[in-house]
Amino acid sequence: MTNLSKQDALVQYAAQIGDNGLIIGHRMSEWCFRAPSIEMEMALMNCALDLIGQARELYTYAAKLDGTGKTEDDFAYLRDEKDFRNLLLAEVPNGDWGDTIVRLFFMSAYNKLFFTALTKSTDAELAAIGAKSLKEVTYHLRFSSEWLIRLGDGTEESHERAQKSVNDLWAYTGELFTMTDGEKMLLEEGIAVDTAALKPEWDQIVTDVLTQATLSRPENNWAHKGGKAEGIHTESFGYIIADMQFMQRRYPGCSW
Amino acid sequence: MTDTKEWPLWEVFIRSKAGLDHKHCGSVHASDSEMALEAARDVYTRRSEGVSIWVVPSNAITASKPEDKESLFEPADDKIYRHPTFYDIPKGAGKM
Repeated sequence: MTNLSKQDALVQYAAQIGDNGLIIGHRMSEWCFRAPSIEMEMALMNCALDLIGQARELYTYAAKLDGTGKTEDDFAYLRDEKDFRNLLLAEVPNGDWGDTIVRLFFMSAYNKLFFTALTKSTDAELAAIGAKSLKEVTYHLRFSSEWLIRLGDGTEESHERAQKSVNDLWAYTGELFTMTDGEKMLLEEGIAVDTAALKPEWDQIVTDVLTQATLSRPENNWAHKGGKAEGIHTESFGYIIADMQFMQRRYPGCSW
Repeated sequence: MTDTKEWPLWEVFIRSKAGLDHKHCGSVHASDSEMALEAARDVYTRRSEGVSIWVVPSNAITASKPEDKESLFEPADDKIYRHPTFYDIPKGAGKM
């Protein structure tokens, strides 16, 4: 099926889960000084820090497995666009408040199921990271669900805009349940999560919250893919890594 | 709230650990109690300050007026006999 060694697949797997956290965490951090209220500013920054913290643990583990002396920073700051294997949903621009909430909601519903399953991984380190992350993403899901319900079931304008956010981001949700060759290989070892199997539960969570929010669930199942399998990103991705990596590229090894 | 565009204000009380009282620690703006609870969690418990949160609508609190201070509180100042410091505590009672 693939020429990938188990070792390489595991490094890739830890890094790709980390990529989801780093990239959506970076997106959330772009709200700093721009959030609609001080309370929401704090909420989003807490959330961003949780996600970037998850990425740090996963990159540190990937670096350890890689065994060539890399650190977490090499993964975050010195890889190119194609090396990042995050889900495309993580990188879509913040848009308005509703877009940010819907993106976080779709991602958190997935993360909750994903990390729950990861706690049962036969890889003890991944299982431990899964257990710690699960508590964080459970709150993200609660926060984003409550917001989505209020936007959907709020004013006429907030309802319309929240529905538009749901419709716009829907095409990025199909990729959540795809499996790469590396993942399939690690699944056989009991290491990786069977993401395809998460879909029914994810559907249930999403349908419940959308119903409470008086929003409708899009029918269209066409999906953008290519982020996690091939490192083919959306147009906006280059700007993220330009912003994130500028310092290390311009001043290699700089620290503060 | 006169300005309907402004979220109502909520007072936040945090209990730092089991067995202690909830203490007032600040306030948040939020559209309703559930959102106030989440905002309080995000603003006031980031450094492990709490194990339990109460939020109360600020306008549900009736407060004494600062200008009533003299008549409300100063009369108690010279009644030191109200403090239980004049009793000898029996040894068997231990520390109180």
